[in-house]
Amino acid sequence: MLEFDFMQNAFIAGGLVSVLAGVVGFFLVMRGQTFAGHALSHVGFAGATGAALLGLSPMWGLIWVTLLGGVSMGALGERLQGSDIVIGTILSLALGLGMLFLHFFTAYATQATALLFGNVLGVNTDTLWTLAWLGMACLLLLAIMARPLVFASLQPELAEAKGVSLRQVSMLFLAIVALTTAECIQIVGVLLVFTLMVGPAATAQKLTSHLGTGVLLAALLALAEAWLGITLAFYTDWPTSFWITALSSSAYLAVTVLHMLRNRRPLASAA
Amino acid sequence: MSALSLQQVTVSFAGRTVLSDVTLEIGQGLFIGMLGPNGAGKTTLMRTVLGLIRPVGGSIRVLGEPASRGNAAVGYIPQLRSLAGNMRLRGWDFVASACNGHRWGLPILSRAARQEVHWALDMVGASELARRPLMETSGGERQRLLLAQALLGRPRLLLLDEPLISLDPHHQHGVVTLVKQVQQELGITVIFSAHELNPLLAAIDQVLYLGRGQAALGKVDEVITKPVLSRLYGSNIDVIRMKNRIFVMAGDVEVEKEEHCHHA
Ligand SMILES: Nc1ncnc2c1ncn2[C@@H]1O[C@H](COP(=O)(O)OP(=O)(O)O)[C@@H](O)[C@H]1O
Ligand SMILES: [Mg+2]
Repeated sequence: MLEFDFMQNAFIAGGLVSVLAGVVGFFLVMRGQTFAGHALSHVGFAGATGAALLGLSPMWGLIWVTLLGGVSMGALGERLQGSDIVIGTILSLALGLGMLFLHFFTAYATQATALLFGNVLGVNTDTLWTLAWLGMACLLLLAIMARPLVFASLQPELAEAKGVSLRQVSMLFLAIVALTTAECIQIVGVLLVFTLMVGPAATAQKLTSHLGTGVLLAALLALAEAWLGITLAFYTDWPTSFWITALSSSAYLAVTVLHMLRNRRPLASAA
Repeated sequence: MSALSLQQVTVSFAGRTVLSDVTLEIGQGLFIGMLGPNGAGKTTLMRTVLGLIRPVGGSIRVLGEPASRGNAAVGYIPQLRSLAGNMRLRGWDFVASACNGHRWGLPILSRAARQEVHWALDMVGASELARRPLMETSGGERQRLLLAQALLGRPRLLLLDEPLISLDPHHQHGVVTLVKQVQQELGITVIFSAHELNPLLAAIDQVLYLGRGQAALGKVDEVITKPVLSRLYGSNIDVIRMKNRIFVMAGDVEVEKEEHCHHA
């Protein structure tokens, strides 16, 4: 199947994005901010459709609007804590606006599906380069801020006392999450970002309690799920996004069941 | 040089005064029990000493230096909150995250830093414990790990914010004994805030009692008295001693017990 250019592109794009999503997702789960990732993808939908309506590149509309959303969420910081209703309202409004923009821009009906559910088989070389540069920027930024990020996530009050700026960490990290979300949307779409960002990270955390191993495992799981998903899509002709979500949730389910069985054993032997 | 010195310190939030004109001096190498009803300003005082809250008036010196964020000589255990996310992270990574955690870069520890983490875990007898996921530790075990984390960087002053909350009496005793032992071994100053005086009685050198924006510092016999506490509570307080326990009563209600219920 690798003799086709579009398949090569799909594998490269899927590889780049899934590794990024696995790593960033690990920290997102660690901070208990998975909902933020979900919200940002919806905001991105409005950005992409709005840009298309204005005749601009949907991808860059997506990138800039999620980035803006991420940085503002980080800046609002604590005031946003626990305000699921506020985030939820903004999230639905964004999706509604996206629908409105699409309504005025009927020319691209397939683009709506691509945005909502992803289209990794349609990635061209230009997009590939954008994905690569953005992904590298995200990983670099994450490497620079990893230490204060972990500290601030696990012990915010102590980190603050030791001189870490919680707001700065939060803004930078949510900027990374925003860009990662924008990248994931290219592969699995607005509605399924969770599957690449949260699924592998949550599975990895059930498998190991080591920080470094966890990050690595999340990246590898995401990569395996993306590549296997694309392969299965090629041979079955079913949508790639379906296969990736199926693999991601199966892995999580399997590990959860395994975990439950393992935790039950001491009880059973004690009885 | 004293461990902590406050000169006419006033702290207020949006015009509401929490600490008013507080002056006190804490000598080095002492174990101080910080008491006071809910909302008296125990957490606020600690955060002010850490440089996280700027007083509207007065000056604070910590081991001779003006209070400022990032002072390596001050260790801190924040008041308990629920753990972030649903992490199954092991205790070791949790403790080690505080090792140079304010510096940019990857969280990869140098050999010296790893040794420092081992030392801190050894100090509190948590080396074994640190292999387990944090989520699966008990409240008392978690306090052990938090204490190890607070010891990183070898602070001279430790601020422990209500480490006994939600522990049963047996584990409360364990935590107090451990802190006392570490404090004696390292010869450092500890300020340990709590709701109840009795679990701390055997360990503390002095008590710092907060109430209505004011503070009283001194030996237990000097501070836990009818006139001092009546002033701090702004109402008539009785102090009843029974063997080696002390009960602080407002009318026929025990104030600490009442506070406890409010918290639950
Ligand atoms: N960041 C803040 N903003 C406004 N008020 C605060 C803030 N932090 C504490 N307070 C108020 O200051 C008072 C003292 O609080 P705190 O120091 O937490 O008391 P304690 O730790 O003794 O229970 C309380 O009335 C609390 O509501
Ligand atoms: Mg408090």
